[in-house]
Amino acid sequence: MTASQRGSVSPEAGAEETPRRPLGAARPRHGEKVVKGFLALCAALSVGVTIAIVVSLLTPTIGFFREVSVVEFLTGTQWSPGFARGEFGVLPIVVGTLTVVVIALLVAIPIGLLSAIYLAEYAPRRVRAVIKPALEVLEGIPTVAIGLFGLFLLRPLAEQIFPFMNWRGDFSIGVAGVAVGLLIVPLIASVSEDAMRSVPGGLREGAYALGANKMRVSLRVVFPAAISGIVAAVVLAMSRAIGETMIVLLVAGAGNPNLSFDLARGAQTMTAYIGGTATGDIATGTTVYNTIFAVGSLLFLMTLVVNLFAIRLVRRFREVYE
Amino acid sequence: MTTGETQKIREDRPRERRTTERTRLAVAGARAAGQGLYTPRSAKHRVTNTLFSAVLFLGLGTALVALTAIIGWALVEGWPRLDANLFLAGPSTINPEEAGFRTAIIGTVYVIGGVIALIVPLGVGAAIYLEEFADRERWYNRFIELNIQNLAGVPSIVFGILGLAFIVRGLGNFGFVAAAGSMTLALLVLPTVILASREAIRAVPSSVRNGSLALGATLWQTVWRNVLPAAAPGILTGVILGVARAIGEAAPLLLVGAVTFVVYDPSFFEGGYSVLPVQIYNYAKRPQEEFHVMAIAGVLVMLVVLMLINSFAIWLRNRYEKKW
Repeated sequence: MTASQRGSVSPEAGAEETPRRPLGAARPRHGEKVVKGFLALCAALSVGVTIAIVVSLLTPTIGFFREVSVVEFLTGTQWSPGFARGEFGVLPIVVGTLTVVVIALLVAIPIGLLSAIYLAEYAPRRVRAVIKPALEVLEGIPTVAIGLFGLFLLRPLAEQIFPFMNWRGDFSIGVAGVAVGLLIVPLIASVSEDAMRSVPGGLREGAYALGANKMRVSLRVVFPAAISGIVAAVVLAMSRAIGETMIVLLVAGAGNPNLSFDLARGAQTMTAYIGGTATGDIATGTTVYNTIFAVGSLLFLMTLVVNLFAIRLVRRFREVYE
Repeated sequence: MTTGETQKIREDRPRERRTTERTRLAVAGARAAGQGLYTPRSAKHRVTNTLFSAVLFLGLGTALVALTAIIGWALVEGWPRLDANLFLAGPSTINPEEAGFRTAIIGTVYVIGGVIALIVPLGVGAAIYLEEFADRERWYNRFIELNIQNLAGVPSIVFGILGLAFIVRGLGNFGFVAAAGSMTLALLVLPTVILASREAIRAVPSSVRNGSLALGATLWQTVWRNVLPAAAPGILTGVILGVARAIGEAAPLLLVGAVTFVVYDPSFFEGGYSVLPVQIYNYAKRPQEEFHVMAIAGVLVMLVVLMLINSFAIWLRNRYEKKW
């Protein structure tokens, strides 16, 4: 027997002859399957979390709706679950949440979009290299910090700037909205800047070729081309604003739910109600305890709708430019 | 060189680049032609253009000034109270001068330690599964992806409700302890970590995988020895940003027990606990002015720590971006 014949595949075996041993694994790899199983479990955990959220919200909510009718909950205009003769109309705190969201977006959309256009189209490369990371770092300012800033600085400042408004007490829903606006400015700026930068250069050059100036190119070409990304940024920011708790709890106060639309006074939002009520001592299983979950369900539903909308938009804008 | 060869070379050049060159020529030509045609209007154009860029600059300036004002304000207002007592003394409801954040800082360290121990294996594991093992044609894998994206946008207070129902009570039944806070925060930041890790893993070129697989390595060996080391900076950035978010988060912890004035140093599995942001919130809610100053000093400490952590993460990401 020659040396060449001892091996499983002889050197003479050319392209025509297939090797005798198949090209699979030499032995079964059980470890590989265990690892894959563990990794799949990690991924499946997120589904478990969603199911757990739905279950933890739904069970007490059903208990709540046994005692309070759905119609009364959704259309009532009085919200005082803690009182002996409690009123369970959720509208005042929904309006509180919407007030905060609208003011926050009114503050953050112009500032955020102007910053984004500047960074994407106008800023020299060196300026951008400094400002973009700075904005991302500022995005990490904790909400408690912004809340204290709003309560101890912005609220007294607002009273001095607008003395004609009906300021009462330490809290103000309007100032809370502005503070939440500060929170979401970096988010809007950085996400919409990414969207504008992913617009292909050929579009800009085409417009320049037709004699447009930089302003026209930014507003008429780049902005519309990036619109789905920009809308996604705004929608993500809106979802953040709806769910924001600490700023609202600090600046707007947790008490005094009302439908007065008075921006100078304190009011209650959905998140502030949950946060404020849960910290107090409430017996498990009572109607008041269950209201936390009913309001939580409503909050979850609102953000779910907004998020799914944002995810679809982001996906579309990715498909176009990548 | 034959004509065929020249033709081939020309085709090898990236198509994109050829277009831009051609467009640039066209732009130059059009500018030269347009200059004569549009001279009367160009002065007006120049004015609006300058005005517009001024407005843009103003917008960015407002954003930066407003956000840095928070840091400046915390520095000015909180500076007088930034002493050793702030870090070493426990909370007090009576004597604000001798009160501090000691127990809250220890509580934060415990809670965040737990968060890191949970999110690193779970987050990276899920990201590896979705990027390397999962068959995207299967509906359940697509469902998991959509689900993670949606979880990233669920309000933090809803995670607090989840923690209250399943971790503090219910299945876990841990009670109001630091471990419950850790688990709640870990679930909250997990989607962020998964999304960032997936981006990092996706950025590793497939030639790295193919090379390893061609040498006979199994899929897991390839992932563990080739893909993960290459994606490590990106994954680390995601984990750090997730941890930074967990440090600053207070709302869900209000529901899972971090509310009491904790006088004794907390432990992980038993006894009451508090964390820095919740303690700050509690001090800010007190009527006395001295407690407000203390709360602001606490904010200053948090801001310094978080800015450092975030800067490091973003530096890390920009440093290793587009290495391939």
